[in-house]
Amino acid sequence: MTEDKTSTPSDDGLDRFGEDRRRLLRSAAVGGAITCAALAGLWREKAMAGAPRLRPPGALDEERFLAACIKCGQCVQVCPIRAVKLADLGDGIGNGVPYIDPRTQACDFSCDATQCILACPTGALSHEIDHKEQVKMGKAKLVVADACLARKGKGFTGTARGAAFPGVLRYPEIDRWKAQPVAGQKYALDLCDLCVRHCPIEGAIRLEPLAADTTGKSKTPVVEANCVGCGVCEMMCPAEPVAIRVEVSTTGRETGGPHA
Amino acid sequence: MTIGFFARRLDDLMQMLGRAPRRIGKADKTAEALALEAFKRTPEERRRRLDAIRAEEAEGVVSHKWRIRRWASILAVNGLFVASFWVDLQLVEGALTASRVLGFHFADLNSSLQLMLAHGHVVLNLLIGVTTVLLLYLFFGGRAFCSWVCPYHLVSEIAEMVHLKLAARGLVTDHDLDRRLRPVMFVVFAALAFGSGYTLFETISPVGILSRGMTYGTVAALLWVGVLLLVEVFWSRRFWCRYVCPIGLTYGFVGLATPVRVLWDAEKCLHEGKCRQVCLVPHVLETTKLGRSSDVRSPIGSDCTRCAMCLDVCPSGALSFDIAGITRRPPPGVPGQPAREDA
Repeated sequence: MTEDKTSTPSDDGLDRFGEDRRRLLRSAAVGGAITCAALAGLWREKAMAGAPRLRPPGALDEERFLAACIKCGQCVQVCPIRAVKLADLGDGIGNGVPYIDPRTQACDFSCDATQCILACPTGALSHEIDHKEQVKMGKAKLVVADACLARKGKGFTGTARGAAFPGVLRYPEIDRWKAQPVAGQKYALDLCDLCVRHCPIEGAIRLEPLAADTTGKSKTPVVEANCVGCGVCEMMCPAEPVAIRVEVSTTGRETGGPHA
Repeated sequence: MTIGFFARRLDDLMQMLGRAPRRIGKADKTAEALALEAFKRTPEERRRRLDAIRAEEAEGVVSHKWRIRRWASILAVNGLFVASFWVDLQLVEGALTASRVLGFHFADLNSSLQLMLAHGHVVLNLLIGVTTVLLLYLFFGGRAFCSWVCPYHLVSEIAEMVHLKLAARGLVTDHDLDRRLRPVMFVVFAALAFGSGYTLFETISPVGILSRGMTYGTVAALLWVGVLLLVEVFWSRRFWCRYVCPIGLTYGFVGLATPVRVLWDAEKCLHEGKCRQVCLVPHVLETTKLGRSSDVRSPIGSDCTRCAMCLDVCPSGALSFDIAGITRRPPPGVPGQPAREDA
């Protein structure tokens, strides 16, 4: 388009040849760099394999879930307690994929379950599931037994997570439909049973007397097979470090159907 | 007639895939186009055009009519996403990859394609979303998504302004790339999705990243968008949209069969080439060069984003929006006769 009037035809020809080749090399370099950037996400995923994220209810097994998620955030939109968040750049190919950080805000099935599943346009949150008992996000486990107040035979007085804790929980006795700030609820318990008291799944966790205990007061939380891994116990546990945590399931999440 | 139609579409497609626009032989030009071309090459007419260009440059009027409308559209659409979440407006929920608009499923065509390749399974909701979006852009003109909706287009336009300011001072030079890179990357991203089983393009797509960043606060990923913009400012003008983005190419395919387009009118054109200087995809405006058009009026190719920067910059109104089969125009005049008066 712009012609260099000063150069001779042969110069011009050579120049153009050189410029064409440089352009081709530049283009190949850019293409390679962009491909590497895309592949870098994959490497990050492998690095994260040791610490998997807790996914929203109904999520397919991790590999299929990551493939099926279109990263639109509609599950985030519909969650009434904002338990579902979107992962950022650090998650590699999990960038834009929803997760739940139960210690900060657990899924308490405030929506009566499966709003996020209904919102999912791709089936990454399996449409096979329609009530909370079918969910298999993970399973709670007593990770720091020494921190558990019930095991020490201790009661609990005060707010579960301190006055500044931003999390909310559905207290059906206060409001069937609207979750309340955890910081607004004061407890005065002879024996701490917050994990059992607030578990949204019937019979998923119970307190059992400690065999070795002589006073008869100490009890230990026992997680049953029908635990869905929602993480309410992890959020409500007043101990620091937290005594009970959700172990994230990355497989076996998809079976739907009621638990045995 | 129909052979001509398909030949033009094929030519259009090949150009979009990176082939240089080809010269048009005399045999392929209409009698009216040849007559007008001959008339425009007469010394008097050349002088008249030059005078007109000088007069217009002395006047120095620049219109921003379409840019204002377009930016308003981008801000409105993306603002609706943000507001739907933050003030619970619930009109446009989700992100540009997939959303629900007043409850109706919308799904981005490229995101869905990648997902289908990676996941190998399609649910009905996604199919409904894809069909809705496909129909929408079949009418509004393929890449209209790029310039009227895409948030990266907006920030990239601003980066382009900075680039052009710096380039005018000789501080940066534009390194253009081979346009065939874009179809290659389209295939690479599709192959990556199919091969790895993950939608790897989504990890680096600035469209999704911006859309989610604004609504859901995933701001670390904006660093990547920043990197792309720096490349565009200092090294290669609009390189992502021009040479990489598979979303743009996907909508470009849709644009092959779309009624809303920009129409060029040779009778009004002064051939000064301002449109090609501002255009994101200047190859589509090759036809505006004197002697490069087969007809007096030519629709601009499917790679066109309908951004209308060319309409804003054209001093003679030679470029205008047109809906095929709907917009009515007076027939071309006869060269040499006083120009017809358009209201």
